[in-house]
Amino acid sequence: MVEVDKQALLQFLLRMGDNTLVLGHRVSEWCGHSPVLEEDIALANTALDLIGQTQLWLGYAAEVQGEGKTADDLAFLRDAWDFRNLLLVELPNGDFGRTLMRQFLFDAWHAIILGRLMKSSDTTVAEIAEKASKEVAYHLERSADTVVGLGDGTQESHDRMQAALDYLWPYVGEMFDSDEADEQMVAAGISVNPATLREEYGALVGRVLSEATLTIPESRFAHKGGRTGYMHTEHLGHLLCTMQWLPRAYPGCQW
Amino acid sequence: MYAQLVKTAGTGVKSKEEMTEEERAFQDKIDRDIKIEPRDWMPDDYRATLIRQIGQHAHSEIVGQLPEGNWITRAPTLERKAILLAKVQDEAGHGLYLYCAAETLGVSRDEITEMLLDGRMKYSSIFNYPTLNWADIGAVGWLVDGAAIMNQVPLQRTSYGPYSRAMIRICKEESFHQRQGYDAIRKMAEGTPEQKKMAQDALNRLWFPSLMMFGPSDKDSVHSAQSMAWKIKINTNDELRQKFVDQTVPQIEFLGLDLPDPGIKWNEERGHYDYTDPDWTEFFNVIKGNGPCNVDRLSDRKNAWDDGAWVREGLMEHARKKAAREHAAE
Repeated sequence: MVEVDKQALLQFLLRMGDNTLVLGHRVSEWCGHSPVLEEDIALANTALDLIGQTQLWLGYAAEVQGEGKTADDLAFLRDAWDFRNLLLVELPNGDFGRTLMRQFLFDAWHAIILGRLMKSSDTTVAEIAEKASKEVAYHLERSADTVVGLGDGTQESHDRMQAALDYLWPYVGEMFDSDEADEQMVAAGISVNPATLREEYGALVGRVLSEATLTIPESRFAHKGGRTGYMHTEHLGHLLCTMQWLPRAYPGCQW
Repeated sequence: MYAQLVKTAGTGVKSKEEMTEEERAFQDKIDRDIKIEPRDWMPDDYRATLIRQIGQHAHSEIVGQLPEGNWITRAPTLERKAILLAKVQDEAGHGLYLYCAAETLGVSRDEITEMLLDGRMKYSSIFNYPTLNWADIGAVGWLVDGAAIMNQVPLQRTSYGPYSRAMIRICKEESFHQRQGYDAIRKMAEGTPEQKKMAQDALNRLWFPSLMMFGPSDKDSVHSAQSMAWKIKINTNDELRQKFVDQTVPQIEFLGLDLPDPGIKWNEERGHYDYTDPDWTEFFNVIKGNGPCNVDRLSDRKNAWDDGAWVREGLMEHARKKAAREHAAE
C-alpha cells in the first residue's frame, strides 16, 4: 500500500464529514414546520442519519489528525475557513421545494461516491461507506420521488421546483472538482477522482429531472470554494453561530 | 398525558335501568374489558369524547415538536443532537398513530388539523411554555414526558382498541425519552456551576407547568365519572399528580437540586409528599390563549400548514396524473 499523506486523508475525511454535518444541520432546521406530518418525520430521519454519519467521518478525521481531539471538537470548535463542505449544502433551506431539490442533488452524488468508497483500500472508510450507503439509498429514493411528484404536480409546484433547480444548479459542479489531495487519495486507492463520477451523476439526475418535467439549466458555470475552504458563502458563518454557540460560550463542559 | 380538560359529552353516567339495550350491551363489554373496535356500535357521546381526547393528544405531539425543535440547531454535541432528533421524530410518529386512531372514529386528519388551527381543538398547556436554556431539553424529557407517561401507562388498558394499541407503542418510546431527559439534566446538575444553574432554572420554571399537565382536580366532576365508566379515563387527575410528585421528588434530591416548591414535604400519615397546588388562574389563562407562547406556537403551525399547501396539492395532483396515465395504459 502507498504511504498515505495524513493531511490529504484528513482533507478527504473533513470533506465527507462536513457535508453530512452541515446538511444534517440545515435539514434539522425544518423540525415541526413541514408541509405534512410524514415529511416532518422523513426530514428528521434524514437529519438523524446525516448526523450519525458525521460522527463516523469526523471521529475518524480526529483520529487521523492525532491531536487528541474528538468529532465534537471538530464540529463545534472550528471556524468557517476550516470547513470543507460543498457550498451546496450550506445554502439556506428556502421553501420546501428548494430543500428537497438540494437534498436530491446531494443524495445522487452521495449515493454514487459512497458506492465507490465501499471498495476503498482504507477499511475504516469502506466500513463507514457501507453503513452510510444503506441510509443514503433511502434518502435518494425519497428525494427523487418527491422531486418528481412536485415537478410533475400542479403548475405552481412545477414552477417552484424549476426555480429551485435554477438556483441550485450552479452549485453542482463543485462536486466534481479535484485538487492535489484528491490525487493522493486516488493514488492510495482510498477514494476516486471526483471528475469520474460526473457521467453517472448526469445520467441519474437527468433521468429523474426529466421525469419531473424539469429543465436542467444550460450553463455549466460552477461556484467553488467550499471543498477547499477558500471561500464559503456568507450563510455558513450564521449556521455556525447557532450550531457552535453553546460549547463556545461554556468551554470545557460535559454535556 | 397530553389531554387536559377534555369535555366529556353527555349528561353523566346513566344507571343500567336508564340505558337502552344497545347502551347496556356496550357498557357490559367495557365492564368485562372487551375492547371496542371501530365497526362496533358505540354511543355518539363516547365517540365524540374520544375524538376530542385523541385529537388533543395528537395535536400535543405535533405542537410539542416546537419547544424541542427550538434547541435542535443548538444542541451542544453530535450525540445530543442525534438523540433529540430521534425523540422529535418519535413524537411526530406518535402524532401519526393517534391521528390514525382518530380516523377510525370517522374524522379525517385534515379536519382535526383545521380544528386545531382555528382554535376549536386544544393541545396540552405545557407546550405554551418556552424552552430557554439547554437544561430545559433535559427537563422536558424528564418532567413533561414523565408526567405524560403517568397518564399513558394506564391508558394502554383503555376501552377503545385502536387508542389502546397506539398507547402501547407510544409508552415504549416515551420511557426512553424520559430516561434520556433525566440523563441530560443529570449531566447538567453534575457539571460546572453555570450548568447547574441552568438545570435549577429549568426545574424551577417547568415544575408547576408540569403539575398542571394533569388538569385541575376532577374528583367531583360528573363528566370525569362518565369518562371513567367508559374506561377512556382510568385515574383521577389528583391521583396521577400525586403519583408524579412522589416519583419525582426523590429524583430531584438525587440530582442535588433545590426543590422547586417550598411546600414539598413528606407526609408520614398520608404516605405521600405534600406539595403546593399549581396556580390554576395561570392555567386557565394559558388554556384561554394567554400563555407565554400560545400565539407563536399556533402561528408556527398555521404557517407550516399554509406555506405547505402547494406541496400537498402538488403531490396530490401528481398522484392523480399518475393514476390517469396508468388507467390510460391499461
